[in-house]
Amino acid sequence: MTDIAWIDKALSAARPQAVAALLRYFRDLDTAEEAFQEACLRALKNWPKNGPPRDPTAWLIFVGRNSGIDTIRKRSRNTALPPEDQISDLEDHEADMAERLDNADYRDDVLRLLFVCCHPDLPSTQQIALALRIVSGLSVKQIARAFIVGESAMEQRITRAKARIAKSDVPFEAPDAVERAERFAMVAAMVYLVFNEGYSATGDEAPARAPLCDEAIRLARLLLRLFPAEPEMMGLLALMLIQHSRMPARFDADGHIVLLEDQDRSLWNRLMINEGLALIDKAMRHRQPGPYQVQAAIAALHARAAKAEDTDWAQIDALYATLEIMQPSPVVTLNRSVAVSKLSGAADALALIEPLTDKLGGYFNFHGVRGAYLLQLGRKAEAREAFDQAIARANSAAEAAHIRIHLDRLMQDGAQAPEPALAKK
Amino acid sequence: MQYAILCYNHEDITSAWTKEEEDLCMQQLMAVQEPLKQQGKLGPVARLLPTSAATTLRKTKDEPLVIDGPFAETKEQLLGFYVVDVENLDEALGIARDLASANLSAGSYEIRPIERFLPNEMK
Repeated sequence: MTDIAWIDKALSAARPQAVAALLRYFRDLDTAEEAFQEACLRALKNWPKNGPPRDPTAWLIFVGRNSGIDTIRKRSRNTALPPEDQISDLEDHEADMAERLDNADYRDDVLRLLFVCCHPDLPSTQQIALALRIVSGLSVKQIARAFIVGESAMEQRITRAKARIAKSDVPFEAPDAVERAERFAMVAAMVYLVFNEGYSATGDEAPARAPLCDEAIRLARLLLRLFPAEPEMMGLLALMLIQHSRMPARFDADGHIVLLEDQDRSLWNRLMINEGLALIDKAMRHRQPGPYQVQAAIAALHARAAKAEDTDWAQIDALYATLEIMQPSPVVTLNRSVAVSKLSGAADALALIEPLTDKLGGYFNFHGVRGAYLLQLGRKAEAREAFDQAIARANSAAEAAHIRIHLDRLMQDGAQAPEPALAKK
Repeated sequence: MQYAILCYNHEDITSAWTKEEEDLCMQQLMAVQEPLKQQGKLGPVARLLPTSAATTLRKTKDEPLVIDGPFAETKEQLLGFYVVDVENLDEALGIARDLASANLSAGSYEIRPIERFLPNEMK
């Protein structure tokens, strides 16, 4: 049974490992990518006829490498011969390949590939675009749609990123333990960036960007299979699964934002939540806490609460306090203030965030949250001012519309004060 | 005779299914299960979360060793299982065949006789 749909899935599943291994052989992103494309074409011809290979990834690497070498040879009629080390090991067979490619090889290859994509010289938008193109194999059109830019602009962005990488020195040797840990942290951050591109989208953009969340989760699962004992990787995957589990409840039928406490929790994806909770439990056993694990633990407390009123705010406050120490950031403090407002009231929460005005003055959520606290305290004029500021800084029509609801309520005298909450969806 | 039908597949492929594919697959599998249930031949059915969520306890001379991940590094992963009560291997194979064609992707099914089965009232 080798239908096209199966082959399609197998090819995209094999892609990160295969392109990563081909990059190690050819030391050039374009050549590795072309070689993989060629291998895919041959798979589409060959597999329906002969059945799928025992190890699709090894097959694709083997065939891709041979076709890449052919291409280099053809080019070499016009240019100088490639260095010998690029075309060595010609006698290898698929079986040897499968045996040689144990987990350790895949591990460093995939890490290197992702590491190349999140090269520190590249701005983060280019990092994400490149990773989605090279590692995930999304088409330029798909990526352009996710970033809401034109196809040619995206094409240019990716070409520029590749050119920059080609000029820089990418280390191809197997990394040592320290280097591996450094790369790992950068790669995890990049995967989370991909996720956030999908997660932070609101309104009309949300459906087009949601696949980025799925892709980030897929990459994280791959990384976790390669690094099964990394608690921070477990934490990151758990965090993304639990956040993403709320996707069906985060917007109403009109595309308006539904706040965490107002969401219909029966719409949350239990399967994702269960997997996330299992991963956090697993990670905790290692007793090496890190920012992803703490954030995942916070997300888990929300996921465990059957009703919004059941939320364990004291524990959430404590976890945010931990996160403030691990990763001091005004945004963390802003988030913590929500827990504080639940525990000891809006006045304390407001006192916690007032000193952040300098740093977060340009941030939509800051003004939205501040407005909600002011409103709770009955300081209506100031609340209105804060909401106006929030609208001025809204990133999307949906965010602006969300704040406008507060303003409308303010207009009607005697309206109930809204609960403060971040545009956490 | 009771058999366990163990379902193996490439996890990275099945976990890349879209929601539509996933729903279609479940619907097709249910169509196979329903008649078996009517005939009283279907025991517990379990689908397992991805192996990345697995933990392994290995008994050693000293304290049992707890490690992350699934027991063995295999190409295909155990994704779930069915327990069926049937006349013979042929009948069990027939069910596995139906499950295989209902399933959206490739994969393999190990049909393994059960020695002892303790049903319980887990809720």
